[in-house]
Amino acid sequence: MLEISNLTHTYGSGPSAHTALGGIDLRVAEGELVCIVGPSGSGKSTLLRSIAGLLRPTGGRITLDGTPVAQIPDDLAVVFQDYSRSLFPWMSVADNVSLPLRRKGQSRKQRTRSAAEALEQVGLASAGSKYPWELSGGMQQRVSIARALAYRPSLLLMDEPFGSVDAQTREDLEDLTLLVRGLHNMTILLITHDIDESVYVGDRVVVLSKAPARVVGDLRVDLPGPRDQINTREHSDFVRLRGEVGRLVRGVRPSQPSAL
Amino acid sequence: MKSPAHAAPRSTPSSPGFLTRLWPILLVLVLWEVVTRVAANGFFPPPSTIVVRMREMWLTGPAAHLWLSDAALDNFPPSLARLFTGWILAGIVGVVFGLLLGRSVVLARFVDPLVHFGRAIPPPMLLPLLIPLMSIGTPMQLTTIVFGVVWPVLLNTVEGARYVDRQHVETARVFGFTRGQRLWRVILPSATPKIFAGLRLSLSLALILMVVSELVGSTNGIGFQLRESERAFDPPGLWGSLVVLGLLGYVLNLAFFTVERRVLSWHRAAKQTT
Repeated sequence: MLEISNLTHTYGSGPSAHTALGGIDLRVAEGELVCIVGPSGSGKSTLLRSIAGLLRPTGGRITLDGTPVAQIPDDLAVVFQDYSRSLFPWMSVADNVSLPLRRKGQSRKQRTRSAAEALEQVGLASAGSKYPWELSGGMQQRVSIARALAYRPSLLLMDEPFGSVDAQTREDLEDLTLLVRGLHNMTILLITHDIDESVYVGDRVVVLSKAPARVVGDLRVDLPGPRDQINTREHSDFVRLRGEVGRLVRGVRPSQPSAL
Repeated sequence: MKSPAHAAPRSTPSSPGFLTRLWPILLVLVLWEVVTRVAANGFFPPPSTIVVRMREMWLTGPAAHLWLSDAALDNFPPSLARLFTGWILAGIVGVVFGLLLGRSVVLARFVDPLVHFGRAIPPPMLLPLLIPLMSIGTPMQLTTIVFGVVWPVLLNTVEGARYVDRQHVETARVFGFTRGQRLWRVILPSATPKIFAGLRLSLSLALILMVVSELVGSTNGIGFQLRESERAFDPPGLWGSLVVLGLLGYVLNLAFFTVERRVLSWHRAAKQTT
């Protein structure tokens, strides 16, 4: 269980200070997949970096399974947007996936097996000996996902993970995310600026306002499963939800239809 | 309209053949020969005379020694040994201290003035100062080479280690890499392109300093032989040594380039695709 209470963060001080987070409250249950959407510059990445322990927020509290997040939690993995700068180009794909497993106390043999298994789960069974730059963008992001999967985190953070790939690849990766979430009991927090994606992938969609960010909407997504790129997106609940999320992102109150 | 005969060689401008690339060298040689023959100055012998003298000096030995004469066997190996030992020592020192300085802001702040002070000292000027400290010979020459060529490696390594991609650093932090993993698997590899640039510069510097250090107080080496030819008033012999140095520089650079291409293949490829 991830609990965030009254989280604030301000960059800099004095007249040039910029308050990115203006008091965020959020509870995410174990095994839940929560999408966080918000207009660009709404502090989504600041929120994610605070949860990951990469940034020390100026105020508020984050606890993961009861323990406050002060440093980077042990069983946390991140899938960054920029796969080309997150994977190490001087290592093979298999090494990229297996290197983090050292600290899990696995033997070399176990690490190799875990990496191969994770690569198979993302559909890259035969790419282990290749280098990241020999793969397409979508495949590289699959490697990032495999690295996270092999690590068996209890919390997986995804920072606009599909923002740098083409539309078709994006849909494939969304489906991959839905597939792998069932493999291990992970809690997933996915940050996106894509409203449709948030509704399609999430169990819940949390909407942030412009900076200083607050939670302005928290919607449960109850769509009939299994989700499918064509049928789900045609479903009346999907259409209604994406409309609601869209209004919240644009700062229009739901009761008051857009004048445009 | 251009005729096809003119168009043909233009179709492959990026990959001229070996012979095509050779013609500027031939042109220079021919010009050199003509100019020196016309000028007829004893200090500037024509290349044909130099080549004959080079053969005489170094290629008159027995077949068992690959026709290398005693003069060649006495002077080339010690020079090469000094060159490589000095360069490798400087490489190790430069990389180790470069990583330390690159990753420790505090240490860098203290040592930075010293580094730039040391770098400004012309290495050949050390020679007269080193003579009272060490016996004349290889230790002194090695010290000169190491001191002279360590700076490019050191400064490049500092820079390479300092500017590791933030995303790579954060990935290492998120996945809890140990200090060793961070150093060997993240910082060092991402600094290698810079380190290689430094090593390459150092290699050519090492060649120059090898010769300079052998000019003063040495009993063998290419620099020593160069000095001997000068003393014996043998301009073709002197020029012969210079030609050998030039060829050596070319071969070393080529060998280094080949190794660099292999080691840094990921770097070139990753830069092209992103």
